[in-house]
Amino acid sequence: MKDLLTLEHLSAQDIEELLDLSENLGEIVDRPIKKLPTLRGKAVVNLFFEPSTRTRNSFELAAKYLSADVINVQPSGSSVEKGETLWDTADNLVQMGIDAAIIRHKVSGVPQQLAQMVSIPIINAGDGMHEHPTQGLLDMLTLRQAKGRIDGLRVAIVGDILHSRVARSDIWALRALGADVVLIGPPSLMPDSFRQLSHVTVTTDLKEGLQGVDAIQVLRLQKERQTGGDIPSLWEYRARWGVTAHSLQWAKPDAIIMHPGPQNRGVEIDSDILDSSRSWVGRQVRNGLAVRMAVLFRLLGGAHNE
Amino acid sequence: MKNQALLLDADAIRRALMRIAHEIVERNHGVANMTLVGIRRRGVPLAHRIAANIGTIEGEVPPVGVLDIGLYRDDWEQRPFSNVDATSLAPNRINGQVVVLVDDVLFTGRTIRAAMDAVSDFGRPKAIQLAVLIDRGHRELPIRADYVGKNVPTARAERVYVKVQEVDGMDQAYLERDGKGEDA
Amino acid sequence: MSNTGTSWRIQGARVIDPFRGIDAVLDVTVRDGVFVEDHDPSLPVVDAKGLWLVPRLTDMHVHFRDPGLEYKEDLASGSRAAAAGGFTVVCTMPNTKPVVDIPSLVEWQKERAETLGLVRIWPIGAVTKGEEGKELAEMYQMAQAGAIGFSDDGHPVADSRIMRAALSYSATLNRPIIQHSEDPDLFAGGSMHEGAISQQLGLGGIPAEAESIMVWRDVELVQLTRGILHVAHVSAPGSLEAVRYAKNKGLAVTAEAAPHHLFLSDDAVREWQYSAVTKVNPPLRPAAMQEALIQAVTSGLIDVLASDHAPHHADEKAEPYDKAPFGISGLETFLGTVMTVFLGRGLLSPLDLFAKLTAMPHQVLRQSYAGISPGAAADLTLIDPGAVWTVDPAAFYSKGHNTPLAGATLTGRAVATMVGGRWTMREQEVLG
Repeated sequence: MKDLLTLEHLSAQDIEELLDLSENLGEIVDRPIKKLPTLRGKAVVNLFFEPSTRTRNSFELAAKYLSADVINVQPSGSSVEKGETLWDTADNLVQMGIDAAIIRHKVSGVPQQLAQMVSIPIINAGDGMHEHPTQGLLDMLTLRQAKGRIDGLRVAIVGDILHSRVARSDIWALRALGADVVLIGPPSLMPDSFRQLSHVTVTTDLKEGLQGVDAIQVLRLQKERQTGGDIPSLWEYRARWGVTAHSLQWAKPDAIIMHPGPQNRGVEIDSDILDSSRSWVGRQVRNGLAVRMAVLFRLLGGAHNE
Repeated sequence: MKNQALLLDADAIRRALMRIAHEIVERNHGVANMTLVGIRRRGVPLAHRIAANIGTIEGEVPPVGVLDIGLYRDDWEQRPFSNVDATSLAPNRINGQVVVLVDDVLFTGRTIRAAMDAVSDFGRPKAIQLAVLIDRGHRELPIRADYVGKNVPTARAERVYVKVQEVDGMDQAYLERDGKGEDA
Repeated sequence: MSNTGTSWRIQGARVIDPFRGIDAVLDVTVRDGVFVEDHDPSLPVVDAKGLWLVPRLTDMHVHFRDPGLEYKEDLASGSRAAAAGGFTVVCTMPNTKPVVDIPSLVEWQKERAETLGLVRIWPIGAVTKGEEGKELAEMYQMAQAGAIGFSDDGHPVADSRIMRAALSYSATLNRPIIQHSEDPDLFAGGSMHEGAISQQLGLGGIPAEAESIMVWRDVELVQLTRGILHVAHVSAPGSLEAVRYAKNKGLAVTAEAAPHHLFLSDDAVREWQYSAVTKVNPPLRPAAMQEALIQAVTSGLIDVLASDHAPHHADEKAEPYDKAPFGISGLETFLGTVMTVFLGRGLLSPLDLFAKLTAMPHQVLRQSYAGISPGAAADLTLIDPGAVWTVDPAAFYSKGHNTPLAGATLTGRAVATMVGGRWTMREQEVLG
């Protein structure tokens, strides 16, 4: 494994091995001294073309807990405006000895393109509407911890599926691991071709969609969807697709709640359930660190990974 | 073609682990403030057996921690990627405690060096001691075992294997060398 | 063998002349740049046995980027690409910088082409000033200067009132409005066909209806104005329905298809892993739509094949997919692509296929040409129908190497091109 670009192209075994490794590295977060020598002398760049504090912090801490040196590059201003392409930016970093690049970009496919140009490992930290593989992995790890398995689970993803890279990574991973997926959201934000996917059900009806589910992943609703004309109002969205204590009763009694964050409390999800014992949102954040340590170790650890 | 020579059979292993348990108790004047730490993989069941032996001697079973030194190796860049198992060490079992590391074979000493680094990340032990079932020599670091089941002089190219019931379904230690004899 | 001179005797070729409906092995004589009947034994002989001879190959949709965007292509490099691809006439789209929206720019392009002497350039003028879609450009003045038709290609004429006025002008000018059909609102944010692949890759989708809605609107406006409409690069099934409807009504509506839409589907976007060489407008469509388009060409619903040659600089095409410009450099693969699709599958006879690159564009553009007849300008192409070759963009004469056909194997290739009795290309080498 040279890069982590998508979950779509990983086998169930690949995913499970990464989850096992993540599980075993999770305890590092609790150690008094969170500094393992594993990646000592390795340099990692966080190349974030789109601002994101949470994901970047998580990657940065994961790298630092394993003793890698991290630099954060947000090339929005300086070099790009001077006419430098993103490939120039990347090549510069490679020439300076960077061992791996973590990249986020608002255009789908940029990490894939970069991975073809450079020999160092590329980790996709979210590309456009395409994928966010470490988020998908941390969601799987959380599900597995909560339910003991993923095979046979029924998992709902609620919200703006069309624009969601989180939804895509979750869908591919859940299908690979044997779960059934229910996609629920407004008709204008639902990619219609997903109806054709096996083990995927698509509905616009929250009540119908939540029947018998073991877990609910609630997606963040971007406020631009209202101004962009995709939905009439946040209020109407909340009335129809907001996950509340009321709508939760349609799911299984032990169904858990997940959210990739940051949450719009009172829009797609209510505070009372976000803060309830059924919420695994905090665990997701914690697992994010474990998954990112595992991915860094997997891609940088060991003699030449093919 | 490979030649195998038996080093320890099941009875010999049982006796060695009992002797090590006695030595640990004797050296430390009991088991107060002691933690055994098994090094993945075969050091873990050996640590549990030594702890149980100590229990029969002293009437008190010392706690056993588990350590995977995969994240502390200094040679992983030369090896293919391998997964890392879970580590479970509680800091309050390390700070001010006597930590007895347990492993199956002592060879270059690099695993033990990594294990000492790992233990230090969990706290500051009063002392670290080392128990191994077999010491085969060829140290590359200034490390020696405090408790040894059997010293086995070996050639560098020979391989020492320890099998334990909990992992391999049998208790046995043997030496293996290629049929052509030693390479230099 | 000398390549200079304007008098030749070409022996043994299979002559495929759609202007006259001829498909036969004939000797062809050229004297002083025109076809003649006599058999003057003193003329230099070209042995063309095993080759096909087609007069006046025409590509009525190319972008030569000159003036203003010469780093992508200029009239010289574009002309060389045309000669290499076997073409004797090209129609250049006006989306240059500045836009060709005044008569002097039309004249300049024609004069420059004559100086270069590699291909006849028939400029297309803009429909609106600056292709901004707001005010009509001076269509009468440009027509007088030699504009062959009018188009805002690259953009649609979105405003229905402006399009109505342009179509009403077209009838009196006897020149078509060539529409790049696209509903700007449905198109917005898209960079590939909207469907299963865009939704998996997470790329902004362009629904097929973004194109067909505009074709339907234009057909209605043609009914209103009795204007002349030519629909550029049709790719969507709904557009085909609209064109069929218009033709059944007897309206002056014609349509063209581009080779890449016939040769590739949107699977190519996945195969090329987000490389923007597959980014083209209209986008590559799913295989079922590709097949429907092939059938529409075969049935004659589509009148013309045209390359939509759209060269770009490599740096621009290396941008992330959503940001890179649309377009494929297509002149040098055009002939091989359509021969592979239509002759390789036995869908069309050579005569019917080449009609769509010769007589039909002339008909759409209301231009007369007598084919291989005494006195007609000796514009012809020799084609090796059995040549199997692999596309290597590095070998292009065009400055644009942007093509998803790179590495594809094609059957059929121009081996010599003649314009006005003068060879412009022999054996893949452009002369001049």
